[in-house]
Amino acid sequence: MALLFSFYQFLSAFGQASHTDSSTYSKRPLKLEEVNFVSSYYNQDGNNSAVTGGIGTEKLVDLANVLDLVYLKTDKHNRLYNLNLEMGIDHYTSASSDKIDPSTVSSASSHDTRYYPSITLSRKDNKRTTLGIGLSYSNEFDYTSWGIGASYTKASKNNNREFSVHLQSYFDQWTVIYPIELRPPGGGFSGHGGGRKDNVPNTYKPRDSYSSSFSYSWVINKRFQMMTLMDLIYQTGLLATDYQRVYFTDNSERIENLPGKRFKLPLGLRANYFIGDRVIMRLYYRYYMDDWGIRSNTLSLEMPVKITPFMSISPFYRYYQQTVADYFAPYGMSTTGQTYYTSDYDLSKFSSQFFGAGIRFTPENGVFKMKHFTSLELRYGHYIRTTGLVSDIISLNATFK
Amino acid sequence: MINQRVFFRTIACMPILIFGLQSCAPVKEYQKQYLNDNEMQLSARKVEKSENSFQSYREGSAGANGGKTGGGCGCN
Repeated sequence: MALLFSFYQFLSAFGQASHTDSSTYSKRPLKLEEVNFVSSYYNQDGNNSAVTGGIGTEKLVDLANVLDLVYLKTDKHNRLYNLNLEMGIDHYTSASSDKIDPSTVSSASSHDTRYYPSITLSRKDNKRTTLGIGLSYSNEFDYTSWGIGASYTKASKNNNREFSVHLQSYFDQWTVIYPIELRPPGGGFSGHGGGRKDNVPNTYKPRDSYSSSFSYSWVINKRFQMMTLMDLIYQTGLLATDYQRVYFTDNSERIENLPGKRFKLPLGLRANYFIGDRVIMRLYYRYYMDDWGIRSNTLSLEMPVKITPFMSISPFYRYYQQTVADYFAPYGMSTTGQTYYTSDYDLSKFSSQFFGAGIRFTPENGVFKMKHFTSLELRYGHYIRTTGLVSDIISLNATFK
Repeated sequence: MINQRVFFRTIACMPILIFGLQSCAPVKEYQKQYLNDNEMQLSARKVEKSENSFQSYREGSAGANGGKTGGGCGCN
């Protein structure tokens, strides 16, 4: 924490420009307003690995870290500019992706690190209109992504209602990696999975994603507000994972094959209600449908309780259920007449529960009496799925102002 | 046997039926001490970022929560 605080002080020194000015309006320089550090540890296990055709270990550990900086500036017209810089680093180890080449004890595919920086800039004017643009990049061993987005938000005169639209596109590229025994002669990736090298260039395939997100929020009364959300999502390109195996009823084996297009439509509803002086109810519901046959329902409830004005505890529970995708079959059950096929249990029929609690500290004089360390939040959740997958996640959020 | 679709849609409609029928009287800025509380924000909190991510990876659905909708990484 001391290291993060020192980093915040270092950035503040560069974020504030001070100089005298004799013009008729006052300069409002770009100022570092807030720093957030989010870190999480995720651990899962199960026995339906898609890399080995729907059976086998799904053990995976992921450590994710995101640092985001919020800069604010007001111009001479009193328009508020918000510059958000974000840098994320995820490192994971996976027993299942290690099986891309099962002949090795441990291959290069057993772990990977993903880097994902992004920058967004928004401007809010005196007519309660906010416009924003953003750029993002992501890189991991076999996947590169470039993203671009734009947003528009309009609030009502009394700020009791707000409408927002966010457009986002990702232009991604896979490096094709086939299971080692299914690599065509002279192709399918070189150098990954234990030292076998095919002397041909790697094959690359694109995946593009487009989404339009709409939200409308409104105040019901002094204690109650709601929001509706709707996304229109379209993906095209390589939507299967080429190192995932599928086994058939005739004992043959192929690489997973899924349609090159997918349309998704999630609809969400949030409702937050302040009960008495200490308890908040946060309710969320989502209905989802896509053209791969999946229909799902998500319902979550969180009840933060303010133990003191500076500390709150938030137990939560989430229930999820989904129908099976049209192309899914368990291990060894796909039929050779199918055009599309997968044994990825993330696309099977299942229900899941996710529950846990969080604790949040916002002391008046700062966390650990550090004035700029305004908030510390810790959160633990346990996830269980009817397919047998089990996971745990611990998250931390530290805020400096 | 409860019809799951009917069950979830009924649950989703309950807050609307119970609370939404109250009049949407305008609330002035100085009356928003409860609405402006940090726990009352309508978006997902930053500490939930990784939870929303792993749920979109491990489940067939995504979106309508301010998080990932698809693309941007090899995980979805």
